[in-house]
Amino acid sequence: MNEHDVHTDPSAITELTDAAAHQHTKVAPDGSAVGYKARKTLRIRVELQRQIRRRRTQLVLGFLVLLPFILALSFEIGQASPNRRSGGFVDLATASGINFVVLTLFVSGSFLLPMIVALFFGDTIASEASWSSLKYLLAAPIPRHRLLRQKAIASGILSVFALALLPAVALGVGVLWYGAGEVVSPTGEAAPFADGVLGVALAVCYIAINLFWVAGLALFLSVSTDAPLGAVGGTVLVSILSQILDQIQPLEDLRNYLPTHYAMAWADLLSTDVDWSEMTRGTFSALVYGGIFTLLAARRFKTKDITS
Amino acid sequence: MSRLSRLRGRWTIPALIVVLALVAGGVYFTRSGDDPVAVPFKEAKIDAPESPDSTQTVTIETRLYLPQQTPAPAIMLAHGFGGSLRSVHTQAEEFARRGFVVLTWSARGFGRSTGQIALNSLDREVRDAQKLLDFLGTRDEVQKDSGGDPRVGVTGASYGGALSLLLAGVDKRVDTLVPVITYNDLAQALLPNSALATPRSDTTPAATAFGEDGVFKRSWAGIFFSAGMTSIDLASPTGEAPEMGQTESNQPATEPQPAGNSGAGSQPPPTPSLGACGRFTPEVCAAYTEVATTGRASQQTLELLRKSSPVAVTDQIKQPTMLVQGEQDTLFGLDQSDATARQITAAGGKVKMVWYAGGHDGGNPGASLRGEIADWMAFHLQGKGTDPGTGFEYAVQGAFRSSGTPSLRTVVAPSYPGLSGASTERRTVKLSGREQLAVNPAGGNPAAISNLPGLGSALSRSSAISSRLSIDLPGQAAVFTSEALESQLLLTGSSTVRLRVARGDQNSGEAILFAKLYDVSADGTRVLPGSAVAPFRVALPPDGSATEVTVTLPPTVRPVESAHKLALVVSTTDQAFANAEQPAAYKISLASEGVSVPVVPGRNVTTGFPTSALWGIVIALLVLIGAGVIALFRRRLAHDSDPSLSEVPLVISGLTKSYPGGLTAVRDLSFRVEHGQVLGLLGPNGAGKTTTLRMVMGLIHPTEGEIRVFGTKVTPGAPVLSRIGSFVEGSGFLPHLSGAANLKLYWAATGRPLEEAHIEEALEIAGLGDAVHRRVRTYSQGMRQRLAIAQAMLGLPDLLILDEPTNGLDPPQIHQMREVLRRYAAAGRTVLVSSHLLAEVEQTCSHVVVMHKGQLVAAGEVADIAAGGGEATFRVDSPSKAADVLRGLEGVHDVHEDEGAVHASMNGVPRAAALSALVAAGVAVDQAGPRRRLEDAFLELVGE
Repeated sequence: MNEHDVHTDPSAITELTDAAAHQHTKVAPDGSAVGYKARKTLRIRVELQRQIRRRRTQLVLGFLVLLPFILALSFEIGQASPNRRSGGFVDLATASGINFVVLTLFVSGSFLLPMIVALFFGDTIASEASWSSLKYLLAAPIPRHRLLRQKAIASGILSVFALALLPAVALGVGVLWYGAGEVVSPTGEAAPFADGVLGVALAVCYIAINLFWVAGLALFLSVSTDAPLGAVGGTVLVSILSQILDQIQPLEDLRNYLPTHYAMAWADLLSTDVDWSEMTRGTFSALVYGGIFTLLAARRFKTKDITS
Repeated sequence: MSRLSRLRGRWTIPALIVVLALVAGGVYFTRSGDDPVAVPFKEAKIDAPESPDSTQTVTIETRLYLPQQTPAPAIMLAHGFGGSLRSVHTQAEEFARRGFVVLTWSARGFGRSTGQIALNSLDREVRDAQKLLDFLGTRDEVQKDSGGDPRVGVTGASYGGALSLLLAGVDKRVDTLVPVITYNDLAQALLPNSALATPRSDTTPAATAFGEDGVFKRSWAGIFFSAGMTSIDLASPTGEAPEMGQTESNQPATEPQPAGNSGAGSQPPPTPSLGACGRFTPEVCAAYTEVATTGRASQQTLELLRKSSPVAVTDQIKQPTMLVQGEQDTLFGLDQSDATARQITAAGGKVKMVWYAGGHDGGNPGASLRGEIADWMAFHLQGKGTDPGTGFEYAVQGAFRSSGTPSLRTVVAPSYPGLSGASTERRTVKLSGREQLAVNPAGGNPAAISNLPGLGSALSRSSAISSRLSIDLPGQAAVFTSEALESQLLLTGSSTVRLRVARGDQNSGEAILFAKLYDVSADGTRVLPGSAVAPFRVALPPDGSATEVTVTLPPTVRPVESAHKLALVVSTTDQAFANAEQPAAYKISLASEGVSVPVVPGRNVTTGFPTSALWGIVIALLVLIGAGVIALFRRRLAHDSDPSLSEVPLVISGLTKSYPGGLTAVRDLSFRVEHGQVLGLLGPNGAGKTTTLRMVMGLIHPTEGEIRVFGTKVTPGAPVLSRIGSFVEGSGFLPHLSGAANLKLYWAATGRPLEEAHIEEALEIAGLGDAVHRRVRTYSQGMRQRLAIAQAMLGLPDLLILDEPTNGLDPPQIHQMREVLRRYAAAGRTVLVSSHLLAEVEQTCSHVVVMHKGQLVAAGEVADIAAGGGEATFRVDSPSKAADVLRGLEGVHDVHEDEGAVHASMNGVPRAAALSALVAAGVAVDQAGPRRRLEDAFLELVGE
């Protein structure tokens, strides 16, 4: 018998049964084996380890690192006039490092960022279900609400990390390419670099909050289906639908009820006299949608029969 | 069964979309019901004398809008130039809904009223309005101060605003007034001169020179005049000005401002040709013709314009007045209301001043400002609401916003400075620039562009666009620039600068110049606030010496950001004005060291901040926290334990699982598993074995009945599940990790101490060799199976549940597995194994539970059930002979023959005795053993 054989050594059985014979399970008052504590199950660190080692996590993060370089390169290849001082977001991208970050956020804000959040949240439970590992986690037992919460927190950490990673890399690339000059807004206002960094940081915070609705919806779909693609794709689809409806002018004020309506409100942070009203409404809208979906997800998962 | 829930999952997204659609539909339905109902109105035609002494009459068409409750105070609502009573229909309805009787009318020469336009002449239009006051005094619907004196407020925009001032000046029956974007002196509005040799001593923010002999505001005057010619309203602003807190430019939503006429009834066609004078009186027509052709106004014309202007009567106005003026207004600028405010205050009246982000170039007052006007009326006519006071409000337009409209904030100061209290605060911004030569081209063409009257309001949807429209032509302008500002400067009113102008050549005896103050950003982008220019005319001495004048720049509100510069441009031409025809050159230089900029400190109004959204955030957070707390308490109450069963690994009682749709997977199942047993759960595929095991693991909610593990009721995630190790329906591993990493992470996920895991021992049971470090996705079915069983054994659980553990294993491995399970139970643990194979159960288990179609068929010791209560089977060569022998034995009964075998109930007789009897009788016995009832029963079930 060599190392490559699949084979149980008879002595292994003896070892195991000896161990079993010597170890008498102590029982805690709640009926569990001593050593088991519900609040210690699936710690964030453990869940992050489970997720970070996945290829798709690494690919997504890698892509986010790569994107600013691709953008910078495309500006190099294209006929951009460096350090332009007027025009729209895209025209201004090369005005300074911060402007480049703003462009990066602007182009990724409507599709890429919601998709990443949808991926982290939509995939988290559904992929466990598709691997059949969900039942073993629940039978370990990890209480269902805790499993959902820990997985949501881990997905949240990954999402926030991804959301911060993109502008951080873009800032590095931008400063390297276009320098740490003043930020120029489409109205021609200029602000010092430090203010720009602060503004971008706040913008990332707002984007993170605003995408809470995506997280909630993805989580809900994730506990509703065993197909990770269904959860992620469904969420992205709803996001696209909302953006399409937002383009329909005759809907007027009704568009304020669309979850994506305030997605770009962070642009208000770029002016010297910041108007918080859109962002406040956006935060409220995201909280309500995200809250409803999260509660639905929790309820669904609590009462669901796990059959995967 | 799992298909059912998968089916439900498949419908989740469509269901969600349907729900969203329903919500959207609901919102739409409830909102569309909010459309305000029309306010009833009565139409009447009122005759008034054509002129005071005339016997001829003109007919004025009127509408009286009635509120729900009468009598009520009245509001006279006058229309703008070129409009009619139809163009104020919407605003009249708004006032009526606020509880006012509203009288609207078409001024003479407009709409269907007859007569000729005399430009708000005191003898004509104002007397008509007094006639309307008489009419209100006769109406029962109108509240009275006394006899024929109605309680009435007057308002109107532009032409109508001037009428409200004139009427209030001549008729004390008017109780309050709100003139909107109107003029103080038509002569100054159309022929402004912003320069004086010695400046006036006015200390209000927007006071301008109001010098004599002004420069003709050609474009606007033309538009104004043609509006009277054709009844097409080009002069009134279109759309609404942006307001604070407004998220989207909702221009299409509001009623479009009609060209002249709208509302009920057929529209009279524009009256195109009533001769060159249109519907104007001959005097007005002649005055216009004179100015338009010469660019200068005679004394007679100035008299005519002054007499038609509020300035003629403002010294009589003592009623509370709210002056509303626009910051985007190149026709009647802020200086006009400034003059009115000074004159009314001097006469003893009280004035509240409002500057909003609109005007003739920027749009009508929006809903919020119209509400403020109604509030003013409500307080002064009905005594309702809080005192609007006599303060000063101005709107500050900021930068671009994500919603597509510029930001707007309103600043409030306790009073309009310079009226009675302290004078306006001024700051000096140093300008630099040497003497420059500016040339006037012959014919004044090409000319600089500062604004496009009429078109301006269409363009000024974005003030950023219109204020960048300005073009200065090289060589035609002198430029003086400041240093970059160190902090933001909120320019509020008209700046002043002292200039020195001298002849540049022999032709220039008199200079027409245009001064404007640009906000220049750090990148060089120039913005002309309000698109306004200050024209001035200055006589130059023939000896070439310089004339010094103080120029008041157009009043405006502009936040000049830090790092921006101010640039004073003095040009020789402007498209909007009558330029000098003669070619000339001027030497222009600064006479003062800088420009004096007015600032009015105040506090920002924060009502525009979405406090409701802020509260919404707080409430949403509270609801989420509340839901979490409630869920926590409900979980705390879920624990249920029976101490008498604490040593029994598993008790299942009355367990039923049925799915919606009628499928019952498990029906009324009850059995126990005692300590130390290896219990086999036997049944064909679909018997409900796996469903039962899933319920034991808390994965599926039982419909009825309960499961107790060591006395504790099993609920999803019950802590007692930590004493169970399980392998149910296939392995579940993270495919991207190795086998060893999977087990380690799984144990880490349980949160239990690593030393309890016995991962090494478990991995050896799996016996995967060095494959344990390969990714699981490379494993064969059997390897995964072995790893899964090893995972189930982690932590040496008290109850080991294995579902079909030998599936996919080869015979030696199956043998080893049996060995493992038997010895594991022998070590003081309990094992529950499910299988659809009889042999498997017989060889592995001590006890068995047989299930079929979700129900219990048999339960007991394997030996008992297999032995079938002491029956024996003998395989013999001659069954009939053997049967006879057996029947002959004492105690043996129930003997019957089968093909190649004889069965008998031994009833205590040892099988060995029967065997020797058979052998003695010469029967060849092939095999002797207990009768295999279990197999029979099982085959019967499976055979069905």
